[in-house]
This record gives sequence, structure tokens and C-alpha cells, in this order.
Amino acid sequence: MNPKVLIAKRAAKELNDGNVVNLGIGLPTMVANYIESGQDITFQSENGIMGLGPAPEKGNEDLRLTNAGGQPVTANPGAMYFDSATSFGIIRGGHVDVTILGALQVSQSGDIANWKIPGKMVPGMGGAMDLVSGAKRVIVAMLHTQKGNPKIMKKCSLPLTAAGKVTDIITEMGVFKITNKGMVLEEIAPDTTIDDIKKATDAEFLVPDDIKTIDIK
Amino acid sequence: MSKSKIITAEIAADLIREGDTLMIGGFLSCGAPHRLIDELCNKKVENLTVICNDSGFAEDIGNIKAGIGKLIVNKQISHLISTHIGTNKETGKQMNTGEAKVTLVPQGTLAEQIRAAGFGLGGILTPTGLKTEVEKDKQKIVVDRKTYLLEKPMRGDVALIKGAIVDRKGNICYSKTERNFNPLMAMACDRVIVEAAKIVEVGEIDPDNVVTSHIFVDYIVDGGKL
Repeated sequence: MNPKVLIAKRAAKELNDGNVVNLGIGLPTMVANYIESGQDITFQSENGIMGLGPAPEKGNEDLRLTNAGGQPVTANPGAMYFDSATSFGIIRGGHVDVTILGALQVSQSGDIANWKIPGKMVPGMGGAMDLVSGAKRVIVAMLHTQKGNPKIMKKCSLPLTAAGKVTDIITEMGVFKITNKGMVLEEIAPDTTIDDIKKATDAEFLVPDDIKTIDIK
Repeated sequence: MSKSKIITAEIAADLIREGDTLMIGGFLSCGAPHRLIDELCNKKVENLTVICNDSGFAEDIGNIKAGIGKLIVNKQISHLISTHIGTNKETGKQMNTGEAKVTLVPQGTLAEQIRAAGFGLGGILTPTGLKTEVEKDKQKIVVDRKTYLLEKPMRGDVALIKGAIVDRKGNICYSKTERNFNPLMAMACDRVIVEAAKIVEVGEIDPDNVVTSHIFVDYIVDGGKL
């Protein structure tokens, strides 16, 4: 399975009926394709919509209706539009249950860096700093390494987006939870060993006796 | 009968002076006043400070308009205050060479700073940006044992915004996700110019659907269908 599809499918399993969810641009956007049918999940997008629907069919795009990545989307029945202050009131005010976003680095204590590589690339934080500050759960969904370099660190070397806010990390190698006792590897991908993960990870993590294998179809 | 607020895009651009601070509505291309931006490019008004969600695209991509990106490519902006510049490489380039100053602000904070100015508040307290570069040189305030950053209100000289349906008095109804920063900016600037996709007679918009009152709007430009 394509690693990004694996990550998106596994991340989709974290969403529960009734959740209000904000998906970041890129890989996290793919998560919406894999939610269980019949599940009632409301997607919020920071550019001003509650009740984001799937992409429109070709030819039915409306330039007045996009997601935060500028891609054309649709609005589900029961949707609502609002201005940016309301949108971030929803986000900062703790009314978003789960945000799933990508990262350049995440630390074992839940710090996240995803807006700046000094001297190289400065895309800006957009809505990410508010999302990680305000959402009840912050799930990082990303490839485990970048050009072979670990992205899950003891401590982030890049400028932080927020400190101590990440609750879960999902990669193509495993699923981690950030707990008071430390970072725990709860699930491991099929055909991956704990040794493989240790080699690809800078952070220290605990391995419980009852570690599971990532179960997706 | 009061004076008509309807002016041409050309006259609207003449109202903007070198060195002005502009707020420009829109999220990437969506809900940006593209006609006004094009006219500002033609007039080559320089040394602008622009407050805007993002730096748009470097050029139009098919029927997706560039947004404020063209003003950056034209080097008309000396200071950009924005949340995201990743979609327009020219912005980063000018930031690195020092041709333009770029101040990056978290999106929710930018929205609240603009709202605070329009709402007569002395600032807002937000947890966003704590323990990051954003907190540098900012006052921290503890309320009920929780720490917040004090973010000050942000005002502009002129707001350039986009409305879907605007009546001749200036009442604005927005469409879909075009709303974004537009209603906030309409309250935070000395002069407000709205680009209307459609202009209608007073009374044609149900008051329930008016989001920005005519009292905030000084000029209306017919943007037509894009």
C-alpha cells in the first residue's frame, strides 16, 4: 500500500461519530476519503465553512467555495459559512474535536514544528498555530522520515508551532501516543520491526507488551 | 438623496496613496477584490503596507486569479503583514533580499487584531503563539492562572474588499467562503472600497442577509462577473 494512503486510512480510524474535524493541507486532506460510511463527521475549514463536502465533479467547480488550500470543494447539507474571526473562535475556543495536520518535526513531548525552515523555506504558519493551540486532539499524520532523516525528535531543532500540544503521531511505520509517561509506540505497521522504527526515529519511545499491528484494509 | 457611492475601479485606485496601509480581503484567490488589485497594479502605487491573509499566487492560473500576488511581483508592497506566503515564491525571495519586509502572524490572531481595531478594543489575549517565535517582544498576561499573549489592534488607511451582492447604499451580502476577512476589514479602516460582483437597488437584500452594513462602506466599484 502507498505509505500516504496507509497513513490517511489509519488516521481516519481516529475519527468518531459526531466529531468536528479540521484537516490540514496535503496528506491530511486525504483522510476524508477513508472515513467509515454512515459516520457523521463535520469537517471545518479555517477559511470559513462548517460542513465541508467532497470535491465537486469536473465542470461544477465554484470559485467562491474552496478549502483552506484553495481547492474547489462543496458544502454538505446543513453547512454554514462564516468570517475568519468566527472560524478561529471555533478553533481557538476548543470547539474542534480533532485536527489532523502534517509536520516538519514533532518531539517526544508533543512539540510541533511545521511553519519555517530558517534560511531555506518560510511558508508561514497560516492557521496551524491556532489549530494546535485550540483543538482537543492534535494528530500529526506524516511520513516517518524526510530524505532518510528522522522527523520524530527528542527535541525539535526547527522553530516551534506550539509546545506540548500533539497528542498522537501516525506514520507509515507506526502509531504513537504522547502520554505523561512519555511517547508510546502503540501500533506497528505490518512488515516493520521495532528496530526499523528505532533507526528511523531520534526520539525515545516506550514499547508496551501488548503492542498491536496497524489494522487497515 | 445622498451622493452615489458608485465609482469606477480607476477612480478607486486613485484614492490610494503611496505609503498607505491597505487591508485586502480574500483567502488565496477566493473573496479577493481582483478588479481593484488589477487597477492598483496598473497605477503602480508603491511603498504600500498590505495586511492580507496570504500572498496569493504570482500570476493568474487559468480562471483562478492571482489575488494580491501581482502587487508583490510588481514590487509595490514594502511591508506585507500576512499569515502564509508559501503559495507565491516571489514573496520569500523579496523577503530574503530585503526588498520587502514580511511580518508573519497566526491567522486567528490576525483576524482578531483586525476585529479588535474595528470593535474599539485595546487588543486581545490569545494563547496562540506561546513558546514560539511569535511571543517575542510581546507582553504576557496571566488571567486565572492561564498565560496569554497581548496582541494589539491593527488598523488600516483603506480596505479593499469583495462583496457578492451590494446595494447602492453599500450593504453587503457575501457568498460562500468569499466572506473570510472581508467583514472584519470593513470595520478597521478609515476608508472602505467594496468591489461588488452585483449591484442592486436599496431594499433588495433582505436585512437578515446583510453581513456588512452600509455605514462602513464609502465606495462601491462594479466588479462584474470574473
